[in-house]
Amino acid sequence: MGKEKMEKLLTLENLRTGDEGIIIKILGEGNFKKRLLEMGFIAGEKVKVEKYAPLKDPVEYMIKGYHVSLRHEEAAKILVEKV
Amino acid sequence: MKKVITVALAGNPNSGKTTIFNQLTGARQKVGNWPGVTVEKKEGKFFFNDYEIHLIDLPGIYSLSAYSIEEIVARDFILERKPDVVVDIVDASNLDRNLYLTVQLIELGVKLVLSLNMIDVAENRGYHINHNKLGELLGTPAIPTIGTKGDGLKELLEEIVKVKEGKESKLRSIPVPLGREIEEEILKVQQKIEKNSRLSKKYSPRWLSVKLLENDKDIIEKIRYSQYGDKILEQVEKSRNHIMSIYNEDPETIITEQRYGFIDGAVKESTHWTKKDRITLTDKIDKVLMNRILGFPIFFLFIWLLFQGTFTLGGPPMEWIASLVNWLSHIVEIHMAESLLKDLIIKGVLGGVGGVLIFLPNILLLFLGISILEDTGYMARAAFIMDRVMHAIGLHGKSFIPLIMGFGCNVPAILATRTLENKRDRILTILINPLMSCSARLPVYVLFAGAFFKKNAGNVIFSIYMIGIILAIIMGQIFKKTLFKGESAPFVMELPPYRVPTIKSTFIHMWERGSIYLKKMGGIILVFSIIIWFLGAFPTNGGISFKYKDELKKIDKVYENKIEEAKKLKSQKSTQIIKNLIKEKEEKKKAIEKKIKLYQKEHSYIGRIGKAIVPIIKPLGFNWQMGVALVTGFVAKEVVVSTLGVLFQAEEESLKNALAKSGMTPLVAYAFMVFVLIYIPCLATVVAIYKESSIYWALFTVSYTLVLAWIVSFLVYRVGYLFL
Repeated sequence: MGKEKMEKLLTLENLRTGDEGIIIKILGEGNFKKRLLEMGFIAGEKVKVEKYAPLKDPVEYMIKGYHVSLRHEEAAKILVEKV
Repeated sequence: MKKVITVALAGNPNSGKTTIFNQLTGARQKVGNWPGVTVEKKEGKFFFNDYEIHLIDLPGIYSLSAYSIEEIVARDFILERKPDVVVDIVDASNLDRNLYLTVQLIELGVKLVLSLNMIDVAENRGYHINHNKLGELLGTPAIPTIGTKGDGLKELLEEIVKVKEGKESKLRSIPVPLGREIEEEILKVQQKIEKNSRLSKKYSPRWLSVKLLENDKDIIEKIRYSQYGDKILEQVEKSRNHIMSIYNEDPETIITEQRYGFIDGAVKESTHWTKKDRITLTDKIDKVLMNRILGFPIFFLFIWLLFQGTFTLGGPPMEWIASLVNWLSHIVEIHMAESLLKDLIIKGVLGGVGGVLIFLPNILLLFLGISILEDTGYMARAAFIMDRVMHAIGLHGKSFIPLIMGFGCNVPAILATRTLENKRDRILTILINPLMSCSARLPVYVLFAGAFFKKNAGNVIFSIYMIGIILAIIMGQIFKKTLFKGESAPFVMELPPYRVPTIKSTFIHMWERGSIYLKKMGGIILVFSIIIWFLGAFPTNGGISFKYKDELKKIDKVYENKIEEAKKLKSQKSTQIIKNLIKEKEEKKKAIEKKIKLYQKEHSYIGRIGKAIVPIIKPLGFNWQMGVALVTGFVAKEVVVSTLGVLFQAEEESLKNALAKSGMTPLVAYAFMVFVLIYIPCLATVVAIYKESSIYWALFTVSYTLVLAWIVSFLVYRVGYLFL
């Protein structure tokens, strides 16, 4: 992956309601990363921003046909490409 | 003799696993904890054809990767106890992610039967599954089921028997392909493991290799001290580095991707969609319940209903329990001769039983509510809405409900922390829960605020509640930064579709909580109640009480004579005089009895403890009566009021006056209210903490609340002194 392309990448946190993105990579490591992977956040998977909580955090996403919520701090560790 | 089949039920949370468990076992289930941990274990036995089926409900999990206690418990059970058959309950309408656990069960090499549950929901969404094809691809029989209606359960049981008897041809062990590079490394690790014959006999070497490459801490520890452990781990290290150099990504990521790739393939080949992207009912409901503007008001309405339902509806049954206990005490009172045993039965045993039962209505009602919130799927939404606020004070969105319930009673509130999946969040919520001022503390506030802050009583009581909340926030922060440093768990919470809960499941869940409370906590609370009764009743100083008894007899005699004389008068006034005399006699006797009670309280072990702590509480401005009252308040905080009544020889309104006249200043009264707010939660709460976490956390709560109560009261007293 070239440096230029890297700069264009967003994190899931940057997406707004209704946006869709393709997961590129999970940053971070250990249990956190493993859990996200197991919940279906794997490279190439499409994820959609469903809605923000009334106080803007956490955010509900749709992935692999089910709904899951993440806090901003977690979403910021998921690299995506907006579609 | 019927043949026994041990069956373990595995599945994701929200897959309908519990519903199927309840359908199969009905009320014949045993609920307890898995050994050594506070994870619930449910078992049930029933008969099917010629078999006795022993069903074990494993905790609901997303994976078998030793990420949480639940996962370790489930994995260890399958690995060590080797059930005959594992039934994996899969939510058919959410197939991909549910099959992730299935794939891991396949890797474990267990005898597996798949239950494609909620198949009706999947069909309605236009999601059609060819279960035979799916089963064939996964190498495991797959049975469509609808747990709520009981559909397909007979077929499921037939399949279990078939698998157990080895008559199922669909069951074959297929290795989940993990890609050429990984497979090569697996083989290398596997060869090293196979040198250790004990290890490879007990566990599947391939499975161990995969887990080691995945950097599974639990398995690494298991291997480390076994034969050839160093050699195996050395190879694992080499292989991991090799994979990393090829993919530029850690092996666990690649392996997870491969598993999902395998699932994708199997699902694509066995299912087809007829409708796409339809707006579901859940979406529609969420438009209202999770609405930016309406979300909070609706949430608070539900919480209000839950609170009122628990504590207001719970009021009358609590009174029934109290009057039942009173009635029993009365019977004993009448039929037994005066003795210590009688005292033990009435005050120790019956009092203790009453003290245990009194919590039951609240517990049952709260769990009825919680069970409905969870089974409908609203609980996850509640956490979603509240998480921002709770996270700001270091907690999870789901901590909110137990904390709010604490204002009613800390005992059911602490039991309610079970809804928190993460251990750290759960313990943190338990630790600060006693700072939520429960309703038993209110009588103390009312008494003191009424006696010392007549006009501002309401504001003063409100300020005490606020101090509790503020302290909870501060202590939460402190505990998070000291006790649970670095143990932050990611917030990955599924928002399941809304569902109509089944009445059966709801009531079974409610009853379970109640029976667990009675079985696990009732006994301990009872024993402690008796111990405390003992400390309050002993030592009985014979000399003094005899002296008082003599006095009582004297009064009887004196008045008997007086009444006799009055009778002789035979005038019209005589009946009136007799009446007055009797009244006088009763009053005098009452005064003596009060003195006996006072003497008893003061000289019992509890009284002595209360007096012994005077040097400690003196800096707070408290006197010995307050010390004794605090010690007795350990049973239940409202007891503080009745103890003060005995010590000041007054009741209710007159107690207020007696306190006001006792030389106590409003500042001391306020410091005392603060102390009552914070210090040791009641006995039942401590037992609840012990049973829901551990004895250490229970003792920790006792100590920290004592220290905190002293510090805060001291500050109130001393700082207030400067200003007043």
